[in-house]
Amino acid sequence: MDLVSYEDALASYDPVMGLEVHVELGTNTKMFCGCATTFGAEPNSQVCPTCLGLPGSLPVVNATAVESAVRIGLALNCEIAEWCRFARKNYFYPDMPKNFQTSQYDEPIAFNGYLDVEVDGETFRVEIERAHMEEDTGKSTHVGGATGRIHGADHSLLDYNRAGIPLIEIVTKPIEGAGERAPEVAKAYVAELRELIRALGVSEARMELGQMRCDANVSLRPIGREKYGTRSETKNVNSLRSVERAVRFEIQRHATVLKEGGTIVQETRHFHEDDGTTTAGRVKEEAEDYRYFPEPDLVPVAPSRDWVEELRGTLPELPRVRRRRVQADWGLSDHEMQSVLNAGAIDLILETIDAGAPADAARKWWMGELSRRANEDGVELSALAITPTEVARVSALVVEGSLNDKLARQVIEGVLGGEGDPDTVVEKRGLRIVSDEGALGTAVDEAIAANPGVADKIRDGKVAAAGALVGAVMKATRGQADAARVKDLILEKLGAQG
Amino acid sequence: MPGITREEVAHLARLSRLELKDEELDHFAEQLDAIIDAVARVGEIAADDIPPTSHPLPLTNVMRPDEVRPSLTPQEALAGAPASEEQRFKVPQILGED
Repeated sequence: MDLVSYEDALASYDPVMGLEVHVELGTNTKMFCGCATTFGAEPNSQVCPTCLGLPGSLPVVNATAVESAVRIGLALNCEIAEWCRFARKNYFYPDMPKNFQTSQYDEPIAFNGYLDVEVDGETFRVEIERAHMEEDTGKSTHVGGATGRIHGADHSLLDYNRAGIPLIEIVTKPIEGAGERAPEVAKAYVAELRELIRALGVSEARMELGQMRCDANVSLRPIGREKYGTRSETKNVNSLRSVERAVRFEIQRHATVLKEGGTIVQETRHFHEDDGTTTAGRVKEEAEDYRYFPEPDLVPVAPSRDWVEELRGTLPELPRVRRRRVQADWGLSDHEMQSVLNAGAIDLILETIDAGAPADAARKWWMGELSRRANEDGVELSALAITPTEVARVSALVVEGSLNDKLARQVIEGVLGGEGDPDTVVEKRGLRIVSDEGALGTAVDEAIAANPGVADKIRDGKVAAAGALVGAVMKATRGQADAARVKDLILEKLGAQG
Repeated sequence: MPGITREEVAHLARLSRLELKDEELDHFAEQLDAIIDAVARVGEIAADDIPPTSHPLPLTNVMRPDEVRPSLTPQEALAGAPASEEQRFKVPQILGED
């Protein structure tokens, strides 16, 4: 199928999006039972009668999960329900051993909020419909078919460790008016939400681990028309870049179908990372097909207003506000700030400052040497084997004069290479600046003796020639001398004025 | 009160992945009708000032602290499974999905 170009699609149609983001909470235990939630545990080692849905077992809500849900709702400027219930979402699929997922239906714990996101320096308000509590499903492995797909498999294997892990599903209202920026708005929204979730400390929201997943609904309507078109729902888009690509592709696909006089089928779609396309999944079941009804085994949740206000008091500085403050504090241009954000360095820099480093030094290390190392290794900055505290220690050694920049880079190399913390590396590699005046004086005398011509020039007042002698001393001390001090010593000994 | 139709029973059967014969569809339609009629009688005595009740107890906010409790061992967990493989529950081929 030849796709209509993105520009042509936007010339005729107005995209409307709806984004559903699932966030796995970082609680110690599951939503309704005390099973651990450790990632990567042995299959079916974190299951119990409750999350396996065995007869006679009863669920009890995780208090921390409810607290996290309320805090997420508040951070998204939502109203918090005074009273709400859980509901059973019934469906026949082996990823939930209970044959239903415990979720919330028409009484979400949080509703009617918004999240402001920035695209190219402009603020775009994404309205939030609801944030509700539910539980994750188990993990299926399809055996016997091609490359682990259901199609053609002859049986499937289920690990229920993930079944019952608390999830918060955050649903936007229809996002209109983004126009050609729709894919960027979608990406910016998911990015902002991820920052917010991390700032709240309720989840690490690592998309590559499935701790945060996005379903993107896209529909097109002819420009100028009010009524929404039929939507498709692209499931489990699991990186920021994929969110943008999936929305863009769906806009083009819908436009192609519509321009040829076809109709869009309301269905789920799968996104393919390799070529950025989507393919049809199942035709979407109607909500009533899930036969929702109030969960009889769980009593309602009624967050008291006092508690809600208490939790409001625990909200951290929101990422957007913090970014503004940091940019002002550090005196960065928009462009410089963008580099810091793109590098994912803001938290690392702030933590380095908290650990005692001057702001410009903290930023210099993370955006310079460490970014270079991360690029070389093809990893995120945060994945480097050095902590903000260690970077702050290196910075402190430079400030106190024990290291110069060149030696500091060697220390960092040692820390990254697993040789230990900065002090250990300094010790092991013998990297301290030579501040012993006697040793330095000897090195300077030797350099003068070895370069009589240069020394004469300096005696004659050619102070600039001192550079050659400084170089010789630095070489002799393996870079471990303070260059400025060396120069002073040379000029002093040769009776020249610096 | 309109009865449950055959089509509705067939739809429910599909959602539940149950294969029902034609005569079973009629049979269950009739039975479900009777059940719904019986339950509908509750509506006759419920006054307007009584909200629909999902929970008979006046309790809210029953929660537990986020503390890990022992799980079953994988062997215990799988003991009741009709089939297992690689320490996982084994289920037949899943149809109607892609």
